[in-house]
Order: sequence, then C-alpha cells, then structure tokens
Amino acid sequence: MTKSIANFLKKPFICTCIAVFFGCLVACLILLITGYSPAMSLAVMFNAIFSRPKFIVNIILKSTPIILTGISVAFAFKSGLFNIGSEGQYIFSTVISTIVGIVFDFHPIIQIPLVVFSGVFAGALLGGIVGFLKAKFGIHEVITSIMFNWIALYFCNFIANSQMFHKPESDGTYSINPSGFTLLMYDWKFSDDGVRFFKQNPFWGDIILKTDFNVNFLVAVFASILMWVFVYRTRKGYELRVTGLNPIAAENAGINVNKNIIYTMIIAGALSGLAGSLSITGTSSHNVHVLSTFENNGFNGLSVALIAGSSPIGCIFAGLMFSAFIYAGQTLQFKTGAPSEIVNIMIGVIVFFVALVKIIPIIVNRFLEKRGNA
Amino acid sequence: MEISKKYAVQMRGITKYFGNTKALDSVDLDIEKGEIHAILGENGAGKSTLMNILYGLYSADGGEIYLNGEKVYIKNPNSAIWNGIGMVHQHFMLIEKFSVLQNIVLGNETTDKFGIINMREAKKKVLDIIDKYGMKVDLKKKVKNISVGMQQKVEILKALYRGADILILDEPTAVLVPQEIDELMDVIENLKKDGKTIVIITHKLKEIKKSSQKCTIIRKGKFIECIDVKSESEQSLAEKMVGRKVKLLVDKSKANPGEKVFEIKNLTVKCEKGVERVKNLSLEVHRGEIYGLAGVDGNGQKELLECIISKKYAVSGQILINGKEIQNTSVRNVLNNKVSVIHEDRHKDGAILDMSVADNAILEKYREYPFNQRGFLIYEERDKFTKKLIKEYDIRPVDCEYTKIRNLSGGNQQKLIIGREIANDPELLIAVQPTRGLDVGAIEYVHKTLINLRDKGKAILLISLELDEILSVSDKIGVIYDGSIIGELDQEEADENNVGLLMAGGNKND
Amino acid sequence: MKKIISKLGIILLLVAGLGTLLFFVKVFKIASELENADEFSVSMVTDGGGINDQSFQQSAWEGLQRFSKSTGTHVSYIECAQISDAFSNLDKLSDVNTNLIYAVGFKMADALKLAAKANPEINFCIADFSYGDETPENITGITFRAEESSFLVGYIAACTTKTNCVGFIGGIRGMVIDQFEYGYRAGVAYGAKKLNKDIMVKVQYAESFTDSAKGKAIATNMYGTGSEKDCDIVFHAAGGAGMGVIESAKETGNFAIGADMDQSYLAPKNVLTSSIKNVGMALEIISQKALDGENIGGKTYSFGIQEGCVGIPENNPNISQDVLEKVRKIQEKISSGEIVPPGTKENYDEFVNKTINNLNI
Repeated sequence: MTKSIANFLKKPFICTCIAVFFGCLVACLILLITGYSPAMSLAVMFNAIFSRPKFIVNIILKSTPIILTGISVAFAFKSGLFNIGSEGQYIFSTVISTIVGIVFDFHPIIQIPLVVFSGVFAGALLGGIVGFLKAKFGIHEVITSIMFNWIALYFCNFIANSQMFHKPESDGTYSINPSGFTLLMYDWKFSDDGVRFFKQNPFWGDIILKTDFNVNFLVAVFASILMWVFVYRTRKGYELRVTGLNPIAAENAGINVNKNIIYTMIIAGALSGLAGSLSITGTSSHNVHVLSTFENNGFNGLSVALIAGSSPIGCIFAGLMFSAFIYAGQTLQFKTGAPSEIVNIMIGVIVFFVALVKIIPIIVNRFLEKRGNA
Repeated sequence: MEISKKYAVQMRGITKYFGNTKALDSVDLDIEKGEIHAILGENGAGKSTLMNILYGLYSADGGEIYLNGEKVYIKNPNSAIWNGIGMVHQHFMLIEKFSVLQNIVLGNETTDKFGIINMREAKKKVLDIIDKYGMKVDLKKKVKNISVGMQQKVEILKALYRGADILILDEPTAVLVPQEIDELMDVIENLKKDGKTIVIITHKLKEIKKSSQKCTIIRKGKFIECIDVKSESEQSLAEKMVGRKVKLLVDKSKANPGEKVFEIKNLTVKCEKGVERVKNLSLEVHRGEIYGLAGVDGNGQKELLECIISKKYAVSGQILINGKEIQNTSVRNVLNNKVSVIHEDRHKDGAILDMSVADNAILEKYREYPFNQRGFLIYEERDKFTKKLIKEYDIRPVDCEYTKIRNLSGGNQQKLIIGREIANDPELLIAVQPTRGLDVGAIEYVHKTLINLRDKGKAILLISLELDEILSVSDKIGVIYDGSIIGELDQEEADENNVGLLMAGGNKND
Repeated sequence: MKKIISKLGIILLLVAGLGTLLFFVKVFKIASELENADEFSVSMVTDGGGINDQSFQQSAWEGLQRFSKSTGTHVSYIECAQISDAFSNLDKLSDVNTNLIYAVGFKMADALKLAAKANPEINFCIADFSYGDETPENITGITFRAEESSFLVGYIAACTTKTNCVGFIGGIRGMVIDQFEYGYRAGVAYGAKKLNKDIMVKVQYAESFTDSAKGKAIATNMYGTGSEKDCDIVFHAAGGAGMGVIESAKETGNFAIGADMDQSYLAPKNVLTSSIKNVGMALEIISQKALDGENIGGKTYSFGIQEGCVGIPENNPNISQDVLEKVRKIQEKISSGEIVPPGTKENYDEFVNKTINNLNI
C-alpha cells in the first residue's frame, strides 16, 4: 500500500503537480504577508485562466513562442549543451523576418514560408556560430550565447531605429506586409461584416475576434512531436543523446562529437528562430521595437525546459502552464492591485519548486528506507 | 567470542539495508590488538560497507560495536577519529592544489590563541611520524605532482596525524605497481610493530597471504568465517570467498600464432603539452595470439591507445591493420577496419550509464543495417540483438534490456561491453585493464572469453597495469617504459621478476 | 514516544489537508461569485514601462488615483511586459465593464486600433497620439502642446545664458520631438529679441531614446570648454538618452533642462528647469468628461498651458526671480492665445517672420 502510493508519488507528472501546489502555497504566504487576500488572489487567477474561452485561447497563443524556445533549450540539453542563447536567437529571428516581411510582398503562399524560414535560418545561423566556436575552439557555449544575446538586442535596436525600417511616430519598425500574416481570417474579422457577425456570436467573437487567432500553436505542437521522434526514434537522435550523456564514450564509439555539437546548436537555434518568426507573422503588431531589456521569450524557454524535464512533449504542457501563470498574473495585478513584482515572485516560487521536483523521489525513498521498506 | 579487552575492534550482529537489499546480515568481526587483519570478499559482498559503518560513514540498522571491550556509538567520522579509528579510502580524498603538509594538517590544524595555524609545530609532528615508520614523503610538493603511491602514504599520514590506532585501508593495492606494493607492505609492517591495528579490505589473495595474520571472509553480506591465514592456501581462500570451486590459474593451450594482423611502426605521439609520450614505438600482433603490454601507469599507454583509435594524431610512424594504414584518420574509420576496444574505465569510456542496456548494446552498431533503416532506429532489432548478447554472455538479471546500465553490477556491465565488442567481429581486439574492479568469478570469465577468442584466430592486444594478468593470459609480453617497448618476452621466459624489472626501466640483460 | 510522534504527525497532516481543502473550496466559491460591479470604472495599460517608471506612466497612474479619490471611481491598471501584450491587455480590460480604457503611450497605437474595433461598445483613449482624421468612433486621442512648455524653457534659457549659445538634444526626429525643438527655438528667439541679443541654438539628435552614453557624449561636446560659441544650457527631449545630458551638465558644471517631468532631483544644482508634460492631469480631465456623460469619442484633445497640462515646475531655485516674473507673464499670454508657440518647422518660420520681427522692444 505505502509502496504503491510511493511509486505514484514518484511519477514525474505527479511530482510536478505537487510542486505547483507547494509553489502556490508559498505564493499565498507571500500574498498574505504583503497584505493581499490569498483566497481572493487564487480565485482571480483561476478565473483569469478558465472563466472565458478567450482567456484559454490567449494563453494557448501566448504559449507558442515559449514552447518553441523551450523545445530548443530542451533539445540542446539532450545533447549536453546549454542553449542560453535562445533569447538572442529569438530576437535575431524576429528582426530578420521583419526585414524580409517588409522588403518582399509576394502571394501569401510564398510570402509566409519566406518570412518564417528567413527567421528560422537567422536563428540557426546564430546557433550554428555558437556551436562552431565550441566545436572548433572549445569556447564555452554559455559565454558566446550570452554575448550573442546582447548583439541580437542591439542589432534589433539598430534596425528599429534605422532610416529604412523605422516607422515615424513609433519606437519600432513598420509592420510586415499583410501577405505574411498567419492570422486566421484577419481581413474579414475586423471588417464591418465580421464585427457584426461576432457580435451575434459572442463565443466565436471571443476566440477569433478578440485574440490574435492563429495556427502557430499547432506548429509548435507539431514541432515538439517532430523533435520527440527525432530524438528518440532516429539514428541521429540516438547519436546526439549519446553525445550528451557521455561525450567520451561517444567519441570512442566513432561518433564525431564536434560535428554533433554544431548540428545540435543549428537545430536548437532554428527552433528558437521559428518561435521568433511565428511571433512576427502571428501576433500583432507584426514588427520589432526598440528593446531596452530582454523580453524573456528565450529565458522563459529555459524555465519551460526545466519544468518539462527536457522532454519535447513535456514542453507543450510546461509552456501552457507558464503562459497561464504570466497571463493570470497580469489579471491579478489589475484586479487586486498586487504589484507586478509580487506576481513575478509567485511565478518564480512556483518554477523554483518545480525545479526542486527531483527531490520528491529522494524524499519518498528516504521515507521508505526509514520504514524498513514496508 | 566474548567481549574482551584483548580485542581492538569487535562488531556484533551488524545489519544494514540499502533500499530493499540487505547489504549486511548480522555480521560479526573480531580484531585483536596489533594484528593485521584482512577482510576478504567479492565485489559487492559488503566488506566496504562494514568498514564504513565502523568509520561512521553509514549508520547500522542493527548491531553493536565495541572498542577495547567497551561499547561505543560511532555517529560520524569525527567520532570515529576521536575513538582512534582512521581510514584510507580507495579513492583518495586529497586536495590536489595543496601541498602534502597542508593536506595532512587540513581539518586538524594546531592553532595559537589568535587562531593562526602553527605550521612549524605541525611539521615537526608530521616529521616525527615519518621518521618513526620510515615513510619517504616530500612535504613541500603539491599533491598533484606526486605519484599515486605517495598519495596513499599521505592518506596514511593523515590518519596517523589524527592519532589513529586502528587503521582501515580500503583496497590499498588496487592502484599500485609491484614495487610500490612492497613499500606499502613495509610501512604496514612498521605500523604493526608499533602496536597499531590494521584492517585491510581486499579481494586479492596474494596480498593477504603476504601480509595478514587473520582474515575474515564475507560473502553476500554474511559472515562466513574468521580464519588463520597461515593455515590456508590461496585456493581455499578463493573458494571460501566465492563459495564454489574456482580456477585461479588461467587454463589455456599453447598459442598458435598465424599471420601478422596488426603492426605499429616507429610511432611517435605527443601529448597536449607537446611532450613526446610515445617514442618510436614498434610492435606486431599476430592472428591467434594475445600480446600483453605491461608497464607502469603513465608510460605512454594512454597516448598509444588514443593514437591507435585515431583520437590523437601521430607525429610520425605508421599503424597498419592487415597491411592497411589507419593512423591519423578517424575513430569511425578505425572501427570500420575491424578494430574493437574494451576501454579501461567502462563508466567513462565505454558505457552510457544513463542509457538502457539495449541502447548501450548498439553503441557501435547503431548506424548499420538492420538497426538503422532509412535514418530511423529499429527498436525490435535492437532488442533482439540485446537479448542475444544477454543470453550468450550470461548477463544478469536476464530481463535487463530496458534497465539503465548504471544499475547493473560491474561484472555484468563488463560482460555486456565485451559481448558488444566481440559482436563487431574484430580482426584486432584491444583490451585495456579488462578486469579492473571485477571480482574473482568475473575475472575468470573475462580471461576465458579472451582466450576463446584467441583460439578462434583473432589477434588480441592486452594492455594492463596488473602484472599477474599479463603474465597469466598473454602469449607474448612487451614492456612499455617511457613511451618505448624496452623488452619483449615469450610467456615461458617471463616471470614477475624480469618483467617487473623492465617495468621499472631496468635492462632485460642486467 | 515514537508512536506518539508519528500519530501526532498524521493528525497534523490531516488537519493541514483539511485546511487546504477548505481553502480551495473557498477559492472556488469566490471564483464563482466574482461578479463585476456595475459602476463607472476606468483603467489604463502601460506600454512596457512599469507603473513606477518615474516618468510618463507614473504620472498617468497618479492622475487616475487622484481622479479616483475625488470621485470614488474604481481605477485599475495592467502593465505590459512586452509590447506584443498590448492588444490582449487592452482587450482584457474590456471584459470587466470598464467604461474607459487608456493606452498610455504612442507605442500602443496600432494595437489600440484593433482592440477598439473588437470592442465597439467601450471607449478607449490614447495618450500622446493622434489618429488625426481617421480617429475611430470609440477612441479619443490626447496630444500635448509640448511646444508651449518648450517655448517657456527656451525663453528661460535665453534669459539665463551667459555665452549666448544654447543647445537642444532630441531623441529620434518625429512629430512629437519637433514640438519640443521648434517650441524651444521659438522661445529662445523670442527671449533674444526681447533682450536684444544674438543667441545661437545648436541642435543635434541622439538617434535613440535609450542610449544615455550617446546623449552624454553629444552634450559634453556642446558644453565644450565654456568659451564663446560653447553652450552653457542644453535642453533635452531624448527620454533615457537625456539622462546622459544631465550627467554631463553635472560633470561640466553647466545647466541642463529636463523633459516630461521635473528632473531636478537628478542634479539639483545643474537642472535649470524642466519642460513638464502632466499626463495625469490630462487623464483626470478626460475621465471627468466621460463621467459627466460627455461624448468624447472620435475626437483628439490637445492639452497645453491653458489646461495646466504642460508647463514648468513650481519651484525653480536656479532661476532668478526677475526671470520667473517675466515667464509668468508669457505663460499668461500663451494661455490667452496672444502668443502661439510653433510646433513645426513651417509654423516656426512663420512665427519668426511675423511675431518676432514685429516685436516691439
């Protein structure tokens, strides 16, 4: 009996749920100390996530980039690399897709792949350089990645301010040409017909009109399944896993470790790039802005990968959860007036507890040991 | 036996669980004052666990400990030290960047009233101990610059400095060359003369015969017998340890060498620092022959191996397999030319510990048909292959193909790796320390497998630091010293003395 | 003993479990009862900067809080972590019977347009931006006549300069910054004419609203060595880049003029005055109009000295009483429409030709 309960507790999914629970508990404590009602706050957050179809759709839409950057980090991690450069790859990709989206204006059938793949390529390029530097000169990927994050940030600011792309009376570039949008029914939903239709069908209005309704999430899900198949079912994926777990043994088995480092970083960069270019095509305002600090799309990916335990499929759920917390956090802010810092601390605490998940099996084992292996 | 002041250590009914397994089952131990007592058992029998309990690293789930006839509770290593127990672990716990003296003093510094370490006094105390027991140690050198044998002495000094009367040595000879072992034996003898009690954990029978008076045998966590070493033969010790009849001497027919398979010509290899580690080395291995490469660690064996498998490029010279040059290509190319390697450190070099047994089984075959079809791994084929290996090489447990290889015992891990390498159908098999850390039963199995392979007409290059292994298994013995082969002997003419002399750099004809 | 402890542990665990259960029941109860109060309420969305940004957003939120205090209206805000959240956040506010939603900052102009279309029944208002003739039915624009306060600080600069040379450092060229530049130029020219002096205005752009190092470099260059033809007063309208301007003034011992809010706290001895844009005041005024039931949609309101939404700080310890007296008079003239400071190059040229050249000394 005790044993079956213990084994149940050791399951990764249950562990994560327990962690979220304890994270919420600590968050409640913080709210209590700072003088906000925990019950009220949780209720607000619960409502902010589930009470309207729009909220759910918004959470799904906003989870897309962090799912993809999460997969990017998780994938690199499988091969023993720490892709902290996902942020920079994301930014660089948004900039390149914006440029391509503004400069060219083809039929959507050509334009959308063009914009998306230019961003994917941009991310892959940045990742590839990091991988190359690591493989060729042994420079640690974390150092180069962090440097590239800043390079990408300032490159973004440079483009956003440049004569050619800067949109007057704004702090960003022009939007990309509408032929590159991956929003569904974009033209129709904001037309008078569309607005009237949605007024009569508020459910659909909620989902489609009031959100940046797009297909990006499906792409992210597809990408994560693809990555799962790649990592666990293909020859190359096996090679990368071996390299990640034991590079010395991998080399002894005739695997070219350096080449795999470059491949891994290219693929990881491409995934972060995909996140970036899909954000440009799929969410308004379809452009890049002057960034004074990182927007954390890549860094949140780190947390997502961590919560997901580096599983590509797990990244979908972790990304949704993370996105829900951020989204509900904003609602909490304006409903109860809790400052954004407290909301961020709450999210941080929950992520911290999830990171502690690995302790739960240990605690369970210790418990069993003490009980003399009941 | 009753509890008496005569005994330095007495343990009664010690029981310890690890998870679901009973690591120790009511073990008794009696060690007289001033004797050298060996604890003999196979790998995983529980001998280290027992000693770790005595040293306070583990707490026992049951049983009592008496020191000098008085009951004690040893909660942690500190209380063990306070009770006069010192322990030298198999893996040394020294800080490499500190000097020998600093390492000895560390954690037990004599300080003045201002809390400043009084190194002069400490040094005097250490020098006293060194003089007393005749240990040659340079206190000023940094630990990273001294040999493994020296490091062990530092560990012993550390324990003595803390006032140990009872010294536990965990597998003390595992890392030493024959000459160093002799030195260690001298030191132990001196300690004994001074009235110290010494406990040696080992599975090497020869050493027990050489050094100890009494020997406690543990098998599978159970106390078997406490015997007088003098009255027992090595053979009977081995049988009591394993619990069945074993063959200590390798049983093999005379070699029947065929044509030349593998040849190294005038090979020179430099290490990362630009120092020549392999100098103008030449050797040949024939079909149906085991070539044993003996030598003290650090004489170029590592660089030679890395160069053979093209992990490192040669400065000059050739490596030929069946007449084809393979030097300075890639690991993949070397493997494709039917060279297989059983690496020294299976945890580091040979196995992916966090992968399943099945995934480890195909480590070198994953890109070949039928495991790889159109870029996808075919798991049915992998499992089929793994099951075959498990059956053929008697890997246990039988249904282990999906368990992580980490959870297998050392012997079974090695069996899988050997099976995997032999399945490559190699022209040349290079075995580096293939029995490292294995118990008697597993060693016997590995040696038998190598000889069977030889009899099938394969060429085998055995690189080992254990002279016994080289002497008993090889057909031809080469000794590597300072990067060159300084002598080659046939098995008949080789013995411990002349090979040992060569290993130390002496001339064969002296 | 052990048994008692373990029993106690189990009881504690049960109590804790029951407690959490009850707590969650309460949470769900509240969640199901969370109804939106049917009263007039106003909220705002920030544009990436936080509510405590010491500048625009803070001023806006303080304005709403004052409004809430005086009228009892419920006010709230959401911060955008990323500018791409603007649309969903604007839309989110529309869920809760908010009557008026502010988008504070021109960055949200595009997002607001879509949000307004998706929520035709709600009034939106954007600060610091005008859609011009294309203003949708349910959006109100708020613009500031920054040229008026810039004119005042230009006049003060003209009266205070000793080297007869003053400077202007802008962020990125655009309509908003043009107001600052030409208002300032006009103020300097007006002051020079009054004093019968010849004062030069050096103008340079930092091409950034964030690069304070660049702002500092330009300012240091303008201040030069303090000789003739070197500025001793520099007015910045460059956001974060302007921080560098003030830093440079502090280091070289010259005067800088701040923008958007009273920046004298950054360098009390070296900030001459500031050209203030009181967003909060504007928000209060618009909110009051909306509360009174006035139709504010589809229009763009322009706020200036007359409404008390732009100007200079109340305390200016670095300006002589004499000059302040004159400034007060000019302020009245602007308020009454006697002087109309220019906000564009064309208006500036016209202003120089007509007003200044005809000025009687």
